[in-house]
Amino acid sequence: MSLRKPAKEQPEKFEFTADSLAAAKEMISKYPEGKQQSAVMALLYIAQKQNDNWIPLAAMKYIGKFLDMPYIKVYEVATFYTMYNLSPVGKHFIQVCTTTPCMIRGAYKLVEACKEKISENENELSTDKSCSWMEVECLGACVNAPMMQINDDYYEDLDKEKTLKILDEILDGKTPKPGSYRGRVNNEPENNRKTLLDLKNA
Amino acid sequence: MLNDKDRIFQNLYNDKGSDVESSKNRGDWVDTAEIIKKGREWIIEEVKSSELRGRGGAGFPTGLKWSFAPKELGSRPHYLVINGDESEPGTCKDRDILRFEPHKLIEGCLIASYAVQAHVCYIYIRGEYFIDGQKLQKAIDEAYEKKLIGKNASGTGWDLDIYIHYGAGAYICGEETALLESIEGKKGQPRLKPPFPALIGLYGCPTIINNVETIAVVPTILRKGGKWFASLGKAKNTGTKIFCISGNVNKPCNVEEEMSISLKELIEVHAGGVIGGWDNLQAVIPGGSSMPIIPKKTCETLTMDFDSLVAEKSGLGTAGIVVINNDQDIIKCMARIARFYKHESCGQCTPCREGSGWMWRMLERMAKGEASKDEVEMLGDVTNQIAGHTICAFGEGSSWPVQGLLRHFRKEIEERNNFEPTIKKNNEVPYLVDQHLLDKKNA
Repeated sequence: MSLRKPAKEQPEKFEFTADSLAAAKEMISKYPEGKQQSAVMALLYIAQKQNDNWIPLAAMKYIGKFLDMPYIKVYEVATFYTMYNLSPVGKHFIQVCTTTPCMIRGAYKLVEACKEKISENENELSTDKSCSWMEVECLGACVNAPMMQINDDYYEDLDKEKTLKILDEILDGKTPKPGSYRGRVNNEPENNRKTLLDLKNA
Repeated sequence: MLNDKDRIFQNLYNDKGSDVESSKNRGDWVDTAEIIKKGREWIIEEVKSSELRGRGGAGFPTGLKWSFAPKELGSRPHYLVINGDESEPGTCKDRDILRFEPHKLIEGCLIASYAVQAHVCYIYIRGEYFIDGQKLQKAIDEAYEKKLIGKNASGTGWDLDIYIHYGAGAYICGEETALLESIEGKKGQPRLKPPFPALIGLYGCPTIINNVETIAVVPTILRKGGKWFASLGKAKNTGTKIFCISGNVNKPCNVEEEMSISLKELIEVHAGGVIGGWDNLQAVIPGGSSMPIIPKKTCETLTMDFDSLVAEKSGLGTAGIVVINNDQDIIKCMARIARFYKHESCGQCTPCREGSGWMWRMLERMAKGEASKDEVEMLGDVTNQIAGHTICAFGEGSSWPVQGLLRHFRKEIEERNNFEPTIKKNNEVPYLVDQHLLDKKNA
């Protein structure tokens, strides 16, 4: 199990903005009547998005009331799932996959790059407070290894040099282009395609 | 090599776009209404005759699973749930279906929903695939707009609503009952089976759960006929499968191939060979990280299907092939996998919660050569305490890769960790008893 603790410093109050409220109501409408508890995961995402990418305890209490479920049940969900950040992270949140398929293709070189550019330790804000990074388990892009995720986007087929460049751009406030950094198209074998050739050449 | 016209996922590399029009050009949605008019029994029989086995890892016959749904619609509604929580290390096939062939999946949802009498279908996608989920949502919106799904879907008289539910980074939610718990808004901890979800599933209602790839191939099977699908591959292991080849190969890729293709062909032809040549191959993980590794000498002749891999004491799993060459330290690779399971254990039952961490710590020390001779035996013992003693199959899954390592690379571990233990083992006493309390002179 992963050890997850809420941040020490917590805001006192949390409330959905009008936009979040509309999004939350739409989410609840996906589930049968009386099963609004199903929307708790979606609502935690909405709260996380509204609150600079992390979920304070006040938000969990608010969502509990909103969905008519006990606070502890929301707390359980928020602490169980690892994509809910329980303490502040950078505006650019970098997750480096280091599970075996990525590891054997050099994922720890990416970790080195993060250490050089962002912070010495995981989950530590960079000096300009805009970025933080962490090692994560398999992100499901194994044929594009090694890779990392920055907020919602996947950056694939990396090496240390390319990672340093991407991180530089992020620190400069730019948004680097997601996708493969060896210029290959999606998941096809690079310059070695043996299948579906008619379609490619058509 | 499989003929291109027999490939189901024509847009696997997104040559043609994934919108509804180009999907129609590829044959999706063309005669959905006619297929559905042939009736429930015909659909299930056709899927049974195709011998399609679930693509999510367990390989359970899909037609049989559908036939478990109650025949009559009772007071409880039926649900169809699609498992797109692809988190098994080495696997990235569902992601390509979600982003490049969403209409195959949506059409499959309609047909399967009709077959099991569900009016609501939830597609569970792992939270990390948010962008890919958005692409699927766009395709669902398109399908609603064209009246392909929704009220009177595709003019069949059947109503169907499809919703996406995002996970949030829990590997365990790929287990079907944990996935249901997660949709219900709880921690993703697996349920005891029985009762099976086909009778008591989501919200206590009959629920059929299928993998993304399984559902996405159904429309093509029904169009071309179960016989066509069964003619590919070999008996009981029929059809085509998307293989993900990652790790130390020159051209890592996803490719759709015939079931029972030889592993060597997949690696050498499609993935551009092992880095450093075939002789540099050390071992292969054949089906996602929980399937035991296969050493090089078996790889020479291995064919990739459910039954031949079971014969090698491994499994096809999700067909995520991870190639490991001689430049890698195999113990370290497995230690990293053990760390994955330690991190992803849901914590519900003890053997997996405690055992996964125990295995990880031992393997880390073994990779550094800091473990003593007797610990190799102990590691095997721990894996046996886990396998067969957990609530779900994923818990056991944490012990299989370690068992595979011990089966094929025991010599390597023993060579590196060959010093005498400080406390001598008493052969008569099992390991779980505190040895030093019994053996006073060693304490």
